[in-house]
Amino acid sequence: MTTATPIRSQLPQGDGNPGQGQGPGRVGAGVFDPVQLWRSLPDALRKLDPRVMVKSPVMFVVEIGSVLTTVFAFDTPGQWFGWAIAVWLWLTVIFANLAEAVAEGRGKAQADTLRKAKTDTVARRLVGDAEEQVPGTDLRIGDLVVCEAGDVIPGDGDVVEGVASVDESAITGESAPVIRESGGDRSAVTGGTKVLSDRIVVKITTRPGETFIDRMIGLVEGAARQKTPNEIALNILLASLTVVFLLAVVTLQPFAIYAHAEQTMIVLVALLVCLIPTTIGALLSAIGIAGMDRLVQRNVLAMSGRAVEAAGDVSTLLLDKTGTITLGNRQAAAFVPVPGTTAAELADAAQMSSLADETPEGRSVVVLAKEKFGLRERHQGELAGAEWVPFTAQTRMSGVDVDGRKVRKGATGSVVAWVHERGGTVPADAQRLTDEISQAGGTPLLVAVEDASGARVLGVIHLKDVVKEGMRERFDELRRMGIRTVMITGDNPLTAKAIADEAGVDDFLAEATPEDKMALIRREQAGGKLVAMTGDGTNDAPALAQADVGVAMNTGTSAAKEAGNMVDLDSNPTKLIEIVEIGKQLLITRGALTTFSIANDVAKYFAIIPAMFAVAYPGLDKLNVMHLHSPQSAILSAIIFNALIIVALVPLALRGVRYRPMSADRMLRRNLAIYGVGGLIAPFLGIKLIDLLITLIPGIR
Amino acid sequence: MSSISADALQVLALIVALALAYRPLGDYMAAVYSSKEHLRAERWIYRCVGADPDREMRWPAYLRGVLAFSLVSVLFLYLLQRVQNHLPGSLGFAAVTPQQAFNTAASFVTNTNWQSYSGESTMGHVVQTGGLAVQNFVSAAVGIAVAIALVRGFARSRTGELGNFWADLVRTTVRILLPLAFLAAIVLVACGAIENFGNWHDVTTLSGAHQGMPVGGVASQESIKELGTNGGGFFNANSAHPFENPSAFTNLFEIFLILVIPFSLTRTFGRMVGSIKQGYAILAAMGIIWLGFVVLMSWTEYAHPGAALQAAHAAMEGKEQRFGVGSSSLFATSTTLTSTGAVDAFHSSFTAFGGGLTLLSMMLGEIAPGGTGSGLYGMLIMAVIAVFIAGLMVGRTPEYLGKKIGGREIKFAACYILITPAVALVFTAIAMALPTPVHSALNPGAHGFSEVLYAYTSAANNNGSAFAGLNANTDWFNTTTGIATLLGRFLPMVFVLALAGSLGQQQPVPVGAGTLRTEKPLFAALLVGAVLIITGLTYFPALALGPIAEGLS
Amino acid sequence: MSLSSQSLRGTLRVTWAAFRALLVLTVVTGVIYPLAVFGVAQTAFHSGANGSPVRADGRVVGSALLGQSFDLPGKPGTPDPQWFQPRPSAAGTGYDTRASGASNLGPTNPALTKLIDSRRAQVAAFNHVAPSQVPPDAVTASGSGLDPDISPAYAKIQVDRVAAARHLSPAEVAHLVAAHTDGRQLGFMGEPTVNVLQLNVALNALKG
Repeated sequence: MTTATPIRSQLPQGDGNPGQGQGPGRVGAGVFDPVQLWRSLPDALRKLDPRVMVKSPVMFVVEIGSVLTTVFAFDTPGQWFGWAIAVWLWLTVIFANLAEAVAEGRGKAQADTLRKAKTDTVARRLVGDAEEQVPGTDLRIGDLVVCEAGDVIPGDGDVVEGVASVDESAITGESAPVIRESGGDRSAVTGGTKVLSDRIVVKITTRPGETFIDRMIGLVEGAARQKTPNEIALNILLASLTVVFLLAVVTLQPFAIYAHAEQTMIVLVALLVCLIPTTIGALLSAIGIAGMDRLVQRNVLAMSGRAVEAAGDVSTLLLDKTGTITLGNRQAAAFVPVPGTTAAELADAAQMSSLADETPEGRSVVVLAKEKFGLRERHQGELAGAEWVPFTAQTRMSGVDVDGRKVRKGATGSVVAWVHERGGTVPADAQRLTDEISQAGGTPLLVAVEDASGARVLGVIHLKDVVKEGMRERFDELRRMGIRTVMITGDNPLTAKAIADEAGVDDFLAEATPEDKMALIRREQAGGKLVAMTGDGTNDAPALAQADVGVAMNTGTSAAKEAGNMVDLDSNPTKLIEIVEIGKQLLITRGALTTFSIANDVAKYFAIIPAMFAVAYPGLDKLNVMHLHSPQSAILSAIIFNALIIVALVPLALRGVRYRPMSADRMLRRNLAIYGVGGLIAPFLGIKLIDLLITLIPGIR
Repeated sequence: MSSISADALQVLALIVALALAYRPLGDYMAAVYSSKEHLRAERWIYRCVGADPDREMRWPAYLRGVLAFSLVSVLFLYLLQRVQNHLPGSLGFAAVTPQQAFNTAASFVTNTNWQSYSGESTMGHVVQTGGLAVQNFVSAAVGIAVAIALVRGFARSRTGELGNFWADLVRTTVRILLPLAFLAAIVLVACGAIENFGNWHDVTTLSGAHQGMPVGGVASQESIKELGTNGGGFFNANSAHPFENPSAFTNLFEIFLILVIPFSLTRTFGRMVGSIKQGYAILAAMGIIWLGFVVLMSWTEYAHPGAALQAAHAAMEGKEQRFGVGSSSLFATSTTLTSTGAVDAFHSSFTAFGGGLTLLSMMLGEIAPGGTGSGLYGMLIMAVIAVFIAGLMVGRTPEYLGKKIGGREIKFAACYILITPAVALVFTAIAMALPTPVHSALNPGAHGFSEVLYAYTSAANNNGSAFAGLNANTDWFNTTTGIATLLGRFLPMVFVLALAGSLGQQQPVPVGAGTLRTEKPLFAALLVGAVLIITGLTYFPALALGPIAEGLS
Repeated sequence: MSLSSQSLRGTLRVTWAAFRALLVLTVVTGVIYPLAVFGVAQTAFHSGANGSPVRADGRVVGSALLGQSFDLPGKPGTPDPQWFQPRPSAAGTGYDTRASGASNLGPTNPALTKLIDSRRAQVAAFNHVAPSQVPPDAVTASGSGLDPDISPAYAKIQVDRVAAARHLSPAEVAHLVAAHTDGRQLGFMGEPTVNVLQLNVALNALKG
């Protein structure tokens, strides 16, 4: 997978428009290589099978039309016109199939590499205390298998015994090994991944053939692709438009006969094909496949297309605070000295006392001292005779004893106790400062010293959760898109509120239990809103199942992965925002191309109707506003335009219409201008141009 | 004052009058359909019917009511015509022939009021007043009831209940149509429309010739004929007849009556779905199309292209002197953009483009503002289609008024827009392919084709007006246009009610910044575009061989 | 009970209700309502409700709202120069109230062009005016075939001919026409008209 998938999902921070799919590092997502067309040609031809075509009613009608025109062209073999129309109609069908084949082809490469990972494994099944060797395909749910270093895990399951490092690159593309251990939220293992060290016992949770990797292959290949609800709805509309136009064309012949302008079957088929919405009909399934593909390229697996569409409709995002909104650990933000101490003194003491603290908090104190006061980081070896007191969870303090001076830093209670032990007093100011910091949602750390003047408190370090860069802007964007963000945190309401304010989320759920989460989702849904969330733990599973879009982290438990309808292989909760954007982009692309397709009809009428009837009613030639050369070249130009526009739009269908977060109103205005008005004008130019080129062909003038 | 500026003033006066009526009438109708109270007269009617007006119906039950009532109406009206010779006040007219009686019954029950007969020489007092005029009321009421059921589908959530058909039918008749029709009838009679139940008698004219004096309950039928967008003329000349439409004032008044309920229903809609602005958006889309067509029609009629009209120096053939070109253009546009079909001038003699515009007006589905009820539900179906396409372009599953437009909804909407073109075009094609029906056409060439196309377009869209050169009183046309009116009326209603049921069951989605704002001008414009392109394109080839060919030759 | 007989029974029940509803609504809208309108109409607007009859020489000679032919006695189709002539009519053989309606001839129908050309020639010759002076309403059939009105322009070109036939001064006749010319209603509704029957009744009174 690593070699086959050049796509690395990138960290979302600092990328303003991840939905665009064109940013640096987003290889493959948007770039369309014309060679793909050529490579997909055999597939496209295979799809000419009527049993396949019938799934797309619009293109099925075109195929029937192609057959008819071919038959009629044989009937009058001397006429170049019939042959030209027949050829271009076949090309129209092939182009449509090509679009789908190209979209599928991009997934196929990924599927092939996945298949390699799924080589037939031999499982070491535990029977009582004994082990037996069975093929991986014979495993049943509940079987226990043993995997040791070098073994490929034979199926999806949970670790029930032991801990091991596992190479999951076959699934995630991430080469760094991950830890899998029994119990807790890191117990799930995936079939096809490789144990690098130690020994684990895995309880199989999935039947062979239905494993994660199997489903993943199915998904990226498009084999398991089911039409999504909106796609079905659009197909119904397109089918009914096709029927309407079919009636309009079929009934036209008696009218034409009455007008002494009987039309050949070839011309009638040409008219029909020009009127039915072939552009969107040809590209519809490619758009859907490409949408799923865009998710796969971001290392997200959607278990159903329905979930991708639902993502576009989401109006409430539940985001975990830690790791999603904040960097995941608290950092020193300020040194607040008590009266009588300078900030510099405090910073110096804080830095000294933190050198032996390897926790992220401790490191952040050193970093802050350097940033704010230019205090160079000293290393433990530099100070001769220093006695280091490392941070432990029991003492909750760290520090150093050097030159008769003892410096300590740590949790308020611990440091107060330490000062009191040494006969010092803690000034009321210190108490006030710590309270203030707590109330602001931060965590206070006290810094104290014992030297010749006795034990005393120097001041407080203000630790706070650091909100990831760019989050506020991100949430503003979401708000403009009509999406409300709710931060979920285990913090107390005070802390939660402070962070919520800083990050700019719309709401927060503090001291959240899984039940609270569930209740919140239900409440939102009762108001008609669609909710998206991420989760990894087993206790997230009910909420993930309840949410309309539940993205399980790949590092999570198999219960969570079963419950959600998407899995993020990168386990990056911020990706939820991208998923929403991909969902929207998918729907926008469909709408835009449908609008374009329907708007195209106007120009085609102005090409074909005068060509058909100007002989009977010369006045109708006034409708030939494009001044097309001859009736035949007019009809042929319209057909050629109709075919070429499909190819021209394949890249757009695969890449998706550019999406930028903005209000629905502005988005509609923009897309209507581009695809509606553009769709009215473009074919006038295109048909005229093709007509000019046709007249250059010798023997046609 | 020039004719054109006088016409502009007329249009302005009409718009002002409609605007003045919009709020009170729209709100009143909303109150009627939301009220829990029953009038004493209504209680009496419900007792006679044996129906409980408070029992909510799901869509199949509502539809059963609509269909049963309409079926009974067709049979009753058919029988009434068949036994006319035995009825009192028959004025000596014979029983109507079976084909014509079927055609007339189907036509009046479906609010089409296509007439293959000539009123003054076919129908006596009882059939006119006790049969045809009654259907003028109740067919309009059925249309409004179905529209209200659809509005309830939008307005209600998590219920499949759409109201009670009998209550809606009775309330529409008793509380809305009857009082308005009564007042309008008095206005008309005050201006010269006749209202008597005497016998025809001859007078000796000034020059010594003899002329029969027409009789009948004209004013009472004329008012509901316009108000209920029915359009069936008491006389053959319809609203061109001086006894139906005596003056330029009554002409404008009748146009007002045609338009007032369909336009005001958008207010009712806005009220009932809880957003007046949503009603305004629909109103705007209707208004833009209506006004645009009025302008185009007046323009082409004043320009009077066409050899014969050029020879006459004006498009006055088939038009009354008291109305002139302007008022006739206004009437023609209003009657074909609604499902009325009354005429104060004869469309067949309009300019080719003018006649084409009347055709196109009907082809758009009569939704600007459309028939009583049918206009609203037709436009709402188009709104659903427009929302579906445009809604995708804002990146969400399309929703209208908080209701998601998914597979089920789009299936019903798509079937709805499929039916009328199918009925109109297929019947026209068969008629053109057969040897005899074409002989009914009066005019040669493209115009003759237009006559046949017009007949089926009018029937399928339940309009009822005609390119009246066509001799429609043949077995073929009586039968096929009758069937076309029935298909064009009741199949769409099935889908409207099914859609209403489907929408009503949904939980509404709250409006947010990501929601397509369907109350904004942009959406109204989009809706106009969707109507013109999607329905207009279907008919363009046929129009090209009819009025367009005639107009460009 | 089987499902189909249940649904049959349901259908019958709703049809029976529908039938009763139709009957009761027929009573309300087909009997009570028209009688109410009839009552008011006959009491308050007796003349209009009965066809706006016009009297001359002590007898009813027609309706103010319905046009009539003014042909030579015993020669239907031949206009009598003594009377102001109405518009061409497509109702029966002309102004037949039992066959109201229009010609329905299309705008490009050669038959209509021919008809209009011949009418223009006939009207011009009959009134001794140039063909270009003949207004549109004089050469086109109305919608109802019973149009009671002509345009002031058409009345004007008939003045001299009527005056000559009746041995009246053209000024006197022109004055009469002016008195019977109605402008647009309220100044903007419809077109100016001259009611032919009422003009001719007044003309008739002059002689007497």
